[in-house]
Amino acid sequence: MAAIDKTFEEVFARAPRYRDEIAKSREILLANLAMTGEIPAPTFKENLRGRFLMDRFRECGLDHVSQDEMDNTCAVLAGKDGERNILVAAHLDTLFPESVDHTLTVDTENVRGAGVADNSLGVAFLATLPNLLEELDIQLNSNLILAGVTRGIGRGNIEGMTFFLDHYDEPLTAGVCVEGVELGRLSFASIGMLRAEISCVIDDDDDLQEIGAGGAVGILSDIINHIARIPIPQKPKTKIILGSCTAGKGYNIVARTASLRLEVRSEEVEMVSSIEEQLNEIVAEAESLSGAKVEMETIARRRPGGLGFSDPLTVASRRIMDTLGVEPEIEPSTSELSALIAHDVPGVTLGITRRVDSLDDTTECVEIEPMAAGMAQLITLLVAIDGGLLDG
Amino acid sequence: MAEKKSWLERNTFHHAQFWDLLELIKEKEKKDLKISLCIPTLNEEKTIGKEIVIFKSELMNRYPLVDEFAVIDSGSTDRTREIAAEFGADVYLAEDILPEVGDKKGKGENLWKAIYQLKGDIIVYVDADIKNIHPRFVYGLVGPLIHNDETQYVKAFYDRPLAFSQGVRPSGGGRVTEILVRPLFSMFFPELSAIIQPLSGEYAVRRPVLEKIAFPIGYGVETSHILDVYKQLGMEAFAQCDLDRRVHRNQTTIALGKMSFGILQSFMNRMEAFGYIKELPEISRIYRHFMAQDESYELKEIEIKEEERPPMISIESYRQRFRIAD
Repeated sequence: MAAIDKTFEEVFARAPRYRDEIAKSREILLANLAMTGEIPAPTFKENLRGRFLMDRFRECGLDHVSQDEMDNTCAVLAGKDGERNILVAAHLDTLFPESVDHTLTVDTENVRGAGVADNSLGVAFLATLPNLLEELDIQLNSNLILAGVTRGIGRGNIEGMTFFLDHYDEPLTAGVCVEGVELGRLSFASIGMLRAEISCVIDDDDDLQEIGAGGAVGILSDIINHIARIPIPQKPKTKIILGSCTAGKGYNIVARTASLRLEVRSEEVEMVSSIEEQLNEIVAEAESLSGAKVEMETIARRRPGGLGFSDPLTVASRRIMDTLGVEPEIEPSTSELSALIAHDVPGVTLGITRRVDSLDDTTECVEIEPMAAGMAQLITLLVAIDGGLLDG
Repeated sequence: MAEKKSWLERNTFHHAQFWDLLELIKEKEKKDLKISLCIPTLNEEKTIGKEIVIFKSELMNRYPLVDEFAVIDSGSTDRTREIAAEFGADVYLAEDILPEVGDKKGKGENLWKAIYQLKGDIIVYVDADIKNIHPRFVYGLVGPLIHNDETQYVKAFYDRPLAFSQGVRPSGGGRVTEILVRPLFSMFFPELSAIIQPLSGEYAVRRPVLEKIAFPIGYGVETSHILDVYKQLGMEAFAQCDLDRRVHRNQTTIALGKMSFGILQSFMNRMEAFGYIKELPEISRIYRHFMAQDESYELKEIEIKEEERPPMISIESYRQRFRIAD
């Protein structure tokens, strides 16, 4: 582990005490989680959840409480000297439409409900952070910029975070992205990524006899077979994820529409570009052979980058986890952290608790007990950054 | 009709009118009021945790509107009491409160014993089966009591009438309210039909009123409260507050039949007590309904006896505890 100033070891050592103190006030977080989580916030419709967060920020007496054109909800917890600005961000949106039952249940061990882990818990932490700092009697020198950002998932393409960083005109010392799960998650780098949707449409005028009984399903199936034959190298680490497929309307009607959502990930941007070219070839070939309209739409793109393993922010995150007995799990990110990287802001993504099962399901479930450690690691890291961890 | 509309206008509120909790607390302190919250439970492990967490965090820690709150349990066989205690509620078994008067099973028993156990000048009752629990379920009910000294009894209602293409769409209570209670009120106590959801399980009441009314221990408790308070204090004692949406378990038709049977008993008893009926014939306490299977039918009989607890002020231990002279 790289050396960082010894004075920070004393800061890291406070984490267990923070955890024990926070555990006594867990109801504040749980109440915020229940109230946040029961406000539906599908991507592009995060306004109401953001309004709740605004109310919480106002109730805590924060400054500059506002919602911007993207519905990002922001506030400033002013520091003693305000010389540094530290961003703490969580995406407001979840995967679930308004029609899904958003009722949460709380028992002694777990909280369960749609979107509780991804990312109602992250938002609840933002709402709770000012109270926790007060309980712990921590007053930072730096300004804390708290931001519930919109459009974090899927077609949202982290537009909320990107918009915020494009328009925030003060220098940011660091950014910490908060996700509900997993405790131990440590993301400090982004990988190259292309997210795309391949769609296949057979016009009403097209002769189905010529296309065959497989219709759009058959065409998409051929495309998937071709994608499966794209060679994937071991180095740089690369993968193609076929995320979801939809097609047709029933049992006995030939499908006229089909679509495939996929993601290409690689440590090297050139490899993403090379696979993108091959995908374009496959799509063009499918269109020319089938006579149907076949297209690939780019939904999102990320460039690789970020901090190194020995960067002070990364090292500090791992040291803090050590003191809390949390095993770090290092994984690259394609979420809000990518926007920080694109704006040259040092940043990490950390998780708050463990999930029990079924992430991204309506019965998503998280454990209560580890939440105190998750919040303690975040607060300890903020204290370290505030103390000059990234200076020099 | 003009009078009724006037009562509606003056005494019907929306919880959003009381959103400023700091203001509410200031007024409460000025009037030196203490507020107690009672959650009666029986096997509510799925919803009780969230209810306790939200009420404790929001209404005691963040905004000290509620001075004490207790779960009064009828003997749950699931984890209700354990979960409630884990999150910091004071949890009581109804049978342990006032043991000298014995134990009867029913929600009304828990509500009645809460008057003895809790110390507040205002007691708020909130059912434990609410899935979308929120602080408004409490502040919406105590708001009218804190602001208006004349108001004694505040009832919740849900789903306020919305503008409709044909004017205003009808709004009201659940099935038992609309099929049984509202027709009865319309016949015998027309003024009371202005109460939109007389059977809602959420209400806030001043102690001097609560201690002077009898408590049926079963289904009839809400109906008899309204009749008794109306008879003693008149319509101006009531207010009602729109708490928006309430999500809860749906009851089967058979369960609603049993509920109606209990409510009717309490209603008929009051009709006799108020002198509307000279003498009731002997009323059967057996509720009968059919179960059908294939070609055969079976008549099921269930005894539903609406026992009543007397006004709490008549209990000697209560008078001693609250230093009330004979």
